[in-house]
Amino acid sequence: MDILGIFLSSASFILAPTTIAYALATLGLALHFGYGGLLNMGMAGFMALGAYGYAIGVLTFGLPWYFAAFVGIAASIVFALILGIPTLRLRGDYLAIVTIAAAEIVRLMLLSSAFGGVTGSADGLSGFNGPGGTVTNPTVGAGGFNEGNPIPEGVYGFVPFLDNERTWYLRIVGILILAIAIFVVWRLVNSPWGRVIKGIREDEDAVRSLGKNVFAYKLQVLIIGGVLGALGGLMLAFATNVNSSVYVTSLTFFLWTALLLGGAATVFGPLAGSIIFWVLQAFLGLLFPALASVGLMPFTTIQAAQIKFIIVGFALVLLVVFRPQGLFGNKKELTFVK
Amino acid sequence: MRTNSTVQPRVSRFISALGAFVLAFGVLALGTPAHADVVNAELPFKISGNVQNKGVGIPAVSISMTGPAGFVATVLTDADGKYTVGVPEKLADYTVTVDEMTLPDGVAVIDNPATEFVEASVQTVTVGPGGRTTMNFFIGQGERKTTSIFDQVVQRLISGINFGLMLALASVGLSLIYGTTGISNFAHAELVTFGAVATYGLVALMGGDLLWLAIILALVLSAALGWGQDAALWAPLRRRGMGLVQLMIVSIGLSLGVRYLYQFFIGGSTEQLPGSDAERFALFGSVTLSAIDIASMSISVILIMLFALWLNRSKVGKATRAISDNPGLAASSGIDVDGVVRIVWIIGSVLAGFSGILWAYFRPGIRWDMGGQILLLIFAATTLGGLGTAYGALVGSLIVGILVESSSLVIPSDLKYVGALVVLIGILLFRPQGILGRKERVG
Repeated sequence: MDILGIFLSSASFILAPTTIAYALATLGLALHFGYGGLLNMGMAGFMALGAYGYAIGVLTFGLPWYFAAFVGIAASIVFALILGIPTLRLRGDYLAIVTIAAAEIVRLMLLSSAFGGVTGSADGLSGFNGPGGTVTNPTVGAGGFNEGNPIPEGVYGFVPFLDNERTWYLRIVGILILAIAIFVVWRLVNSPWGRVIKGIREDEDAVRSLGKNVFAYKLQVLIIGGVLGALGGLMLAFATNVNSSVYVTSLTFFLWTALLLGGAATVFGPLAGSIIFWVLQAFLGLLFPALASVGLMPFTTIQAAQIKFIIVGFALVLLVVFRPQGLFGNKKELTFVK
Repeated sequence: MRTNSTVQPRVSRFISALGAFVLAFGVLALGTPAHADVVNAELPFKISGNVQNKGVGIPAVSISMTGPAGFVATVLTDADGKYTVGVPEKLADYTVTVDEMTLPDGVAVIDNPATEFVEASVQTVTVGPGGRTTMNFFIGQGERKTTSIFDQVVQRLISGINFGLMLALASVGLSLIYGTTGISNFAHAELVTFGAVATYGLVALMGGDLLWLAIILALVLSAALGWGQDAALWAPLRRRGMGLVQLMIVSIGLSLGVRYLYQFFIGGSTEQLPGSDAERFALFGSVTLSAIDIASMSISVILIMLFALWLNRSKVGKATRAISDNPGLAASSGIDVDGVVRIVWIIGSVLAGFSGILWAYFRPGIRWDMGGQILLLIFAATTLGGLGTAYGALVGSLIVGILVESSSLVIPSDLKYVGALVVLIGILLFRPQGILGRKERVG
């Protein structure tokens, strides 16, 4: 059993594109739930729209990748409007059910063979990142994300971050987007606007009595958080093929786990939570099968690979019960959760 | 591990699609079928698929393909019934034809059980922007027969009522638990799965002849699970005065953990209970029913009637309704709220467990995430009828069941759940108290 290899593989998730994608979407959730008090259980839908909007923009409309990325973001804004205008009046747990249902509708529509010509149905879409693109279909796609890569071909970095030019490009773009997103959110929540939304979180009626348009503020929160979710989806699409089976309800739940791990009402919590979530996932996902294969665990390796998901579920329960503010949060910030 | 390939294994793990068929699609999308008999492999785009009879691939079936600019290809399926054809253009239509003469005697191409859109041996497929598409053929006994619209409607109605009654068993439990404790219990789906998985395990232990005993024991285990869940988790959290949102997130975590625990034990495949391939007999026209359908519907009705009797007549049932109405008042008039809630958990779990067994026959098959597949439909039914009202849940379930089953007459059947979810959102927007709920329950 290669313990060092397992540690290094796990460490490579610290700055992996998927980790960055999770961090972006979780940051959106932090804005929704931690600062705005909105119980959004449909983040997977926002991510799916970001990813598919981009892929369809490239493949069906033949747009350059940067315009196609805006299609994905625009799709998530439209989704936030459609979802928010009627539902933001609903009580917390009702909003949760509506958002989870809306995200499932998005997924089922993307999965349906009725729109298979555009969405690729159950096969999903691939080949939209352009030359040097996805593994399965490297030749297709006009002017994809990869064409913007200024890094010459080669392998760079040091273990565990020893990667080719494409992964580095993806990583740098991701970190840039994430850094800007964190900065924007940090400025927003510490601005007068941020104080209003935190006020709405604590006591909606009190803020309304101060003459603020509560509904408009909530809608803005939903849109900004949704755009962050779409950026997360974009990162996933830059990294690999898009497939509707990724954007399932479990994805939203994993984001929630990462959020509550880091701290719901924090700016850096989502990043920290995502990193811990992914590094632990990778570590346990490699460690248990390795233990099973050398006979230290009485399971098959397939079973051993499942244990990490079981742990995620029960960790979420324990987190909410024993440390609802997360690792880096302040308990006083979560008194609104009733 | 290369970082940019890490999403791929996650993809295959997280598939919770509409069943094994879609799973097969997903697998095809991820790893190209390695054994398929391949023609024109040098061409950039691909049409692939398989020919199968009840999940078993049929080898050496001749499939021909025509496309734009006089493209013609013929391929024979390999030992697993798979084929792959390279095609020259994407965003184009191709006609795929199964040569029925090369099929084994006495079988023909039948409806695709998952999409129902795919019917005969001649199909047109579109190679989309992704450049790959899948065309599967399903083979079955005998000739295809045409079905009149009336027969279809009746068939859908019957199967809708069957589905609705099954949903009702799960929904009334969810609704009662919500009514008495305020928890939107996302882990209710896992109680549904538990009934089926426990039956499956007991059948494996005792043999298929003792199915009835396995079902009864599975329900006893469900009851124990409901009791244990409340005793170990929910009652302590209630005593801590935990908020409803936190309780909801706890239930989500529990749902995730337990769901993957099932996968840990039974794996990712679909298993069948004994009797799931029961003969269907004709009612009239082309409307058919199986003995399982009839048993499922009658037992559901009996259970729901017993439940209604309990809720209306028994002392505990009355106490349950009192707590749903006003927990504070109920407690101060001497009702043992914790005791009643414990009983509600037990009854809710038993009903959910039984609905899981019925769901295993309806789908058909047992899968680790089978409850999760209908969780939102259960929520839709409960909300439609009015959260916290038991009869509302029954009415809502029947409406959702019939809506889901009959909607595939008009919309593609892989979108049939969408209709129910749209209803769920609509009802929350315009009448959040539901059909039978009272307004003051909300907010």
